[in-house]
Amino acid sequence: MKKKELANLFLSFVVLIAGVLAEHGIFDIGRIFNVSFRMEENIILAIFLFAYFIVGGDVLKTAAENILHGQIFDENFLMSIATIGAFLVGEYPEAVAVMLFYQIGEMFQSYAVNKSRKSIAELMDIKPDVAFLKQADGNIVKKSPNEINIGDIIIVKAGEKIPLDGVILNGHADVDTAALTGESVPRFQDVGDTVISGTININGVIEVEVLKRFEESTVSKILELVENASSKKAKTEKFITKFARYYTPVVVIAALALALIPTAISGFDLEVLSIWGYRACSFLVISCPCALVISVPLSFFGGIGAASANGILVKGSNYLEALAKCGYMICDKTGTLTKGNFKISKIYSVTGNDDEILHIATIAERNSNHPIARSLMDELQNRDSGAAMEINRIIQNDRNNSNIEEIAGCGIKTMYMDKNILVGNEKLMQQNNIEYVECNEAGTVVHVANGGKYLGYLLIQDEIKEDTPSAISDLRKLGVEHIIMLTGDAKDIANNIAGRVGISEVYAELLPNDKVEKTEAILKESHESKVAFVGDGINDAPVLACVDVGIAMGGLGSDAAIEAADVVIMDDKMSGLVKAIKIARKTMIIVKENIAFALGIKFLILILAAFGIANMWMAVFADVGVAFLAILNSLRALHLRK
Amino acid sequence: MEKTYKIKNLECAHCALKMERALGKISGVENVSINFMTQKLLIEAEEDKFSDIIDMARKAVSKIEKQAEIVQN
Repeated sequence: MKKKELANLFLSFVVLIAGVLAEHGIFDIGRIFNVSFRMEENIILAIFLFAYFIVGGDVLKTAAENILHGQIFDENFLMSIATIGAFLVGEYPEAVAVMLFYQIGEMFQSYAVNKSRKSIAELMDIKPDVAFLKQADGNIVKKSPNEINIGDIIIVKAGEKIPLDGVILNGHADVDTAALTGESVPRFQDVGDTVISGTININGVIEVEVLKRFEESTVSKILELVENASSKKAKTEKFITKFARYYTPVVVIAALALALIPTAISGFDLEVLSIWGYRACSFLVISCPCALVISVPLSFFGGIGAASANGILVKGSNYLEALAKCGYMICDKTGTLTKGNFKISKIYSVTGNDDEILHIATIAERNSNHPIARSLMDELQNRDSGAAMEINRIIQNDRNNSNIEEIAGCGIKTMYMDKNILVGNEKLMQQNNIEYVECNEAGTVVHVANGGKYLGYLLIQDEIKEDTPSAISDLRKLGVEHIIMLTGDAKDIANNIAGRVGISEVYAELLPNDKVEKTEAILKESHESKVAFVGDGINDAPVLACVDVGIAMGGLGSDAAIEAADVVIMDDKMSGLVKAIKIARKTMIIVKENIAFALGIKFLILILAAFGIANMWMAVFADVGVAFLAILNSLRALHLRK
Repeated sequence: MEKTYKIKNLECAHCALKMERALGKISGVENVSINFMTQKLLIEAEEDKFSDIIDMARKAVSKIEKQAEIVQN
């Protein structure tokens, strides 16, 4: 806000008051000096004109310029006509006041817009400015993140933003991911862990080997996404655009008709023209759809901003709108409802020696990259790190794994300490005539035999995310009627997980193609309510593309998810969906409030003005006051939590 | 070809709508979207006429809001 404009407003206001006082005879110098009545009227007009030009000079100038460009429905022009009209019919104070309030309104609008632009920028203040490069000679130099290459080593000290994605070579630290995920608990990260650009090192000094260039790093992708978010506009926004396009011309034509028709009927009586002309001027004052045009995008913008502050990235206001109406939530299982990290949930041992089975199974699976093999190694590491180290030594010494034989669809056969080890499913046991104990629980069962003797089995299950069951019940409470699970996994595993998280509609053993087909069938039956799909973003692209809102979990570190989805939940939690829908609904309520309020008041005042009940003061409220209140209301969207 | 620009000094929401409409009318423009809040202009237009189209867009924008200016993103 410029000081000069503010001073002009103030000066104009003072002069206006002086004019009003003069009009009411407070400075009635005429009585003292016996000056004629006519003269006094002119002085008063001069006072008002002075106030008018101070505040409205710019508007008049812009109006003149825009008319030269052929823009008749320009708001500056319409305001000028309305106020000049008011002068002509002798309503001087109104003319000045309308211009004054119009300018105050404009000033407030640009203040509100700048303020919310800034607060979004602050929400998204995740862009790192510097990187400290460790050179080959050990010197550390300050560089722009843009200048760092893959494989460079950078140092990040306590309190600094991690500038690029990379892996920790040295040191450890608690890392604050709140700016990206909304998650307030810091993550502890140690040597070998991947760190994400845009997160903040709270307390340690870490040496990071850079894995991605700055343009490819997570922080750049997120910023790009958020900044380009609203190129996809919501239906409501499009409606307002269309409405705005017709509203002004219609009101202006109505104003012309209002001024001319009664005058023509009266045979061009000047008295009649002055009455109806004044009403027409009130129309012109209300003819700008500003309140709507500014408050609706502002509300959506605020909603998107509030979502990103909660770790939810929304790629356009249309998706916010769809989320608010979401009636079908299709969930992928692994990595979405569950953590996707397999864990040993039960060990059954014939001899009672759990560690022995685990040890033997891990030896057999040592060369595999399958998640199940990794879960064995992790468990062994926890229980008996000495044994795990020994296996690592075996891996080091026997790189070609000469004696590991994989039996497709069954398991692994290997020799260890001169004994034949068998690790695999029931079929493997049957083929080798080993009597085994059946396991009736859902999950992956790994039977283990050593030297022809059955040892027992390991039950491996995917862990359900802690907040999944509560999130599912919250979604139901929000009125998401259909929560559906689609998975490629076996039926009994799918049913087991579904039962534990509270989902009743389950479709299992689906190939990627089946998932798309099933989704399309759901889309057909959904009618008005919107269909959302939530997955981990891996191999989900076809399904993400065909639903109304495609949601990906765990954007941190997964570019694929960020690119493919319409909404990204950064912190990997199902409760993010609940937050997203709540924010979407609240935003839509604010949008609808603004539309109803602005249109309601405008039409009411238009009707009252046509009958001569509403005056120009009310008209200026319907224009500026309504815009003011609608903007205040939409700013609430920025501060939505949950 | 699709490109994003920034519109500096975009102060009036109504003007943003008018600009969007005006730019859409320029021949060769396939898609335009102006985001008033982020002051971003996304324009999709024929590749070989792109720089001419941007010149016309600059003129159209300043006609609607005098101080507004299309700048590189």
